[in-house]
Order: sequence, then structure tokens, then C-alpha cells
Amino acid sequence: MSLKLGVPSKGRLMEKTFDWFGARGLDIRRTGSDREYAGAVGGIDGVDLVLLSAGEIPRELNAGRIHLGVTGSDLVRERIPGWESRVEELSRMGFGQADLIIAVPKCWADVDTVEDLDAAASAFRKVHGHRLRIATKYHRLVREYLREMGVADYKLVDSQGATEGTVKNLTAEAVADITSTGETLRANHLKILADGMIHRSQATLFRSKTASWSMAQKAALNELAEMISA
Amino acid sequence: MPSKDQIRAEAARLQAVFQEAGATPVDPDILQPATALLDLYGEDIRARAYVTADPLKGEQMLRPDFTVPVVQMHVANGHSGEARYTYAGEVFRRQEMIEPGRDNEYFQAGMEIIDAADPAAAEAELFVQFSALLSPLKLRAEMGDIGLLAAAVEGLDASDARKAALLRHIWRPRRFRALLDRFAGRAKVPASRTALLRRLESEAPEEIIAAEGLFIGLREPAEVVQRMRTLQEDAETPPLSANQVALIDDLLEIRETPWNALARLRDIAVDLPVLDASLDRLERRLDVMCERGVDLARLEFDTSHGRSTMEYYDGFVFSFSVPGRPDLPPVALGGRYDALTRVLGQGREIPAVGGMVRPGLLLELATEGAK
Repeated sequence: MSLKLGVPSKGRLMEKTFDWFGARGLDIRRTGSDREYAGAVGGIDGVDLVLLSAGEIPRELNAGRIHLGVTGSDLVRERIPGWESRVEELSRMGFGQADLIIAVPKCWADVDTVEDLDAAASAFRKVHGHRLRIATKYHRLVREYLREMGVADYKLVDSQGATEGTVKNLTAEAVADITSTGETLRANHLKILADGMIHRSQATLFRSKTASWSMAQKAALNELAEMISA
Repeated sequence: MPSKDQIRAEAARLQAVFQEAGATPVDPDILQPATALLDLYGEDIRARAYVTADPLKGEQMLRPDFTVPVVQMHVANGHSGEARYTYAGEVFRRQEMIEPGRDNEYFQAGMEIIDAADPAAAEAELFVQFSALLSPLKLRAEMGDIGLLAAAVEGLDASDARKAALLRHIWRPRRFRALLDRFAGRAKVPASRTALLRRLESEAPEEIIAAEGLFIGLREPAEVVQRMRTLQEDAETPPLSANQVALIDDLLEIRETPWNALARLRDIAVDLPVLDASLDRLERRLDVMCERGVDLARLEFDTSHGRSTMEYYDGFVFSFSVPGRPDLPPVALGGRYDALTRVLGQGREIPAVGGMVRPGLLLELATEGAK
């Protein structure tokens, strides 16, 4: 059995991943027609390419169905409970940067820090009779961060897209979302809290600790590790 | 490992003991409406309880504990005067992190004493009950009293706003400490707050808000103005004196045998007489425990006990754990939860104290001990 390397199957993330491996002597490309999800790895023996949606790579790594995988560090932390015991970060790849942040309406001139948010949440709950709502799809990361920071009187509401619009639409009072330039936040009249950085994410090559590793697969891993560290 | 049948039988045995102590057996549903639990515990419960949805009843939770449904049942029955309940069954806990020794479903057997005429005696009696049940196991018994910290905060020479902020975070030690440092002038004020306060000297709050552009969201401009006023008032309030902070620090450091702890607390109460009532109650609790044969010298009293792990307890707290085994959850724990009944009691103040034991762990330890 070959070592299975999971990479994103489309878009800029896929292209950048191919380029990153290419610069290290690993020739990764898609094969067959444009629509066929098949690929090949050149420059090394015993490595099979598995094309997957970036969002599924954490699950496959956790289940040990792939040995290595490229995905955002935010997704691994959000989706794999106790991720450090399930996967190992082999290399931060230096692209796909995105920050998971907490943002509030810019018009909240009294709120700039998480401490301010906590105080505002307390008053908000008294006035409105419900907890201050924070829209996000990163429930675990946001909850852990706010617990660590000692914030009370909030609740998370699920938002799988267009999260920045939830405040104006009155379905949330604040958001916790991924941003790279902050452009969308500003366009939606939001600002990032000064200490509201939950996680700085980037594309990362992970090794599954739960996959079974044969001698041949270990050898392929060693060879690959040498190429990417050179 | 004991089998499920053995654990069920052990839970029933424990329930029978509680019944002998005058408790009525109750059997709350496994599916509980999520609203009340979410309102009480917030997001933390979502991380710990299984949430499921029913098309007609809405969001439901697999019961994460028995206390809330037992109190709800008590309130719904309109019962007045002392009531005792005992329960035994499975609870369900979602695990977001890998924590050895923490099960997703396990049995609890417990007892709640609601609306007792003599609260201190009820607390002592409950502790004696658990102590007797667990005595063959040589566990480490710890107790504390979260009411002491709350009383100390109430007694501080501080503004009401500051007291309220501290009281709100009693169960979040890190934020509590940060606030205490802020009020004592020991923490650096964020630059943005200093800048805002400076602007407020010459500009109206409404002008400052308008300069930020479009106003969006459910939180109204008036609420932003109100918070600015609160920040201004706080900035004008002199810092909490070092003596006052030292009293809180001293109180939180106490970790002694109960009588020594009481003596040290009495010393603190010389400067903080507001503690006297809570200390009289602690003394009475200890007296009753002594009368009932508890060896207090083998107990530890810790003023911080239960602050970060037992979120709804607000008075007397206790736990029994296995010495040298931090990987195991407590075998039993309990305490007073008046704040919870205040919320669930629909305006009625119902003092309540309760505790639960894990029959599965109890059996496991008993078999280990027998080997």
C-alpha cells in the first residue's frame, strides 16, 4: 500500500498546494479530464494522491484514512477534538492565511476589547432579555476562546455563510469569522476587537497519528519529509 | 469494570439509603427542554450536553444532570415547606476534548433537600450522609463555601457597579482576578479606553457614535451611551484600596482544616464584618458535622473550592475524590444552589442543597480495594 496524501481538489488552495510541493521537487498534478478527480505524484515513489474537499481533509486525517493531508489549521482545530493527539503539524505552508477573529459593529464606540464585549453582553442581556448573540461557524474554537477569556452572557448562533451580514439583519449582535484583509468586515460596518484574535490560520501539511503506518509508508514519509525540509 | 446491571443495582441501593433519609424518589425524563438549561448555563452547556431537536417540542437535551429537572418539578408542583427528593439514573455528557476518565454516559444517584427550615443543618446532614456512604473508600474530602467570597465582595468599599461586575464573575476566576486588578488600578487601562474617556471630556457620546458611521444592530445607541457613562463613572471612582484587595487575596488563599480555616476567616472578618453572618453559618454547619461524628481534622476547607468546576453552586460546596488520581472525576460532589432556584423559582426564593454520587466509580473503587 502506498502512502495516501490528501490535497484540496479545487481552486486556489489546490493550485498553491501543487506549487508548494512542486518547489520542493514533488510533481503533483491532476490527471484525466478536467472533471475527473484523479491525480498523480511524481518525483517520489509510493505516494498516492487523494483529491478531497479541504473541509473533509480533517475528518479523513482523524479517521486515519489518509496519512498526510493539506488543509487550513483552523479546520483541524475546529473539527478534530483533541487535535494534537490525532494529527501532527509537519509544515506550515505559508499560504491560505486567514484569521479567525471576533468583530462587533463599528458604531459600538464603547467596545474595543473582549473585556468590553463581556461588559456589553451583561448590560445587553438585562435590556433585551436574551443573551448577546455571536454568529459563527467555528463553534468549538470560539466557545473555547471565550471561556478562556472569561466572557459570560453570550450565545453562539450558527451561520454557515454571509456571516458579516447577520448584525445588520438583526440575527446576531457580533460575529466570529475568518478574514484575510478585513475588507468584507469593513464593508458591513464591523470592526475587529483589539484582542479578538482567536486563531491565525494557514494551509498546513498534517500527518495523521491514527493511520496505520507500514514500513514502506514510513519510508515514503521519511523521503517526503526530507524533500520538504530541504 | 462493573457491568451496567451491577451499576444500576448500586444506584438503586444508594437511592434506598437516601429514601431512608426521608427523600421521595423521582424519575425525571431523559429528554429535557433545552431552553431552561441554555438560559441557565449559556454556551458552556452546549459544549457538554447532547442537543437534539423535536419537530413539535423544539430543541431538547439529553439530561446532563438531575438537579434542574428536580427543581423544576418541585416548582411546578407548587410545593411549600421542606421537600427531599432522590434520583438515580443515567446522565449524558458530550465530550469536546479527550479527558480520560470522563464518560459520555454514566449513572448518578443523588439527593436534593429543598426549602429546609434550618439550611446550615441541612447542608451538614447531606454531607454526613455522603460521608457515611463513602467512608469505606478512604477518599479525599474537600469543602468550601462560595458564599464567603460573594459576601466579601458585597462588603467591599466599592461602587455598586464594581461589586456587581465582580459578583457576576465569581465562577470565572480568571476574569474575576482581571476585574479586581482593574478596579485596584493594578492593571493597565487599554489605550482605546483612555482615548475614549479623553474624547468624552469634550465631545457628546452621541457625536462620538455618529462619527463611527452607520448605526446597525439590535443594541441601541442609548445602550452605547449608557456604557460610556458607566466607563466615565468608573474612571472617576477611586481605585479599590490595597487593603481591600488584600482581604480578598487572603480569603482566597485559605486551604486548611475546617476549624483552622474558620479561625483565619474570623481574623479577616475583623476588617470585613459583613462576613460574620456567613461565618456563623459555617460554624453551625461544622458543629452539626462534629455532633454527627464527622472527623473534621481529616477534611480540607478551601475557599476557592468549586469556583471553576461547579458553576451553579453559590454557597456550601463539597466533593469526594480519589487521592493521587487526578485522572478520575470526583466520586461525589454537591452543594448549595440558591441562585439556580432563584432563576427557576419564578420569583420565589427557594433555598436548596443537593449532592450526587457516581455509583459506577464507587463500585470500581470498591472492587479495586477488595483485590
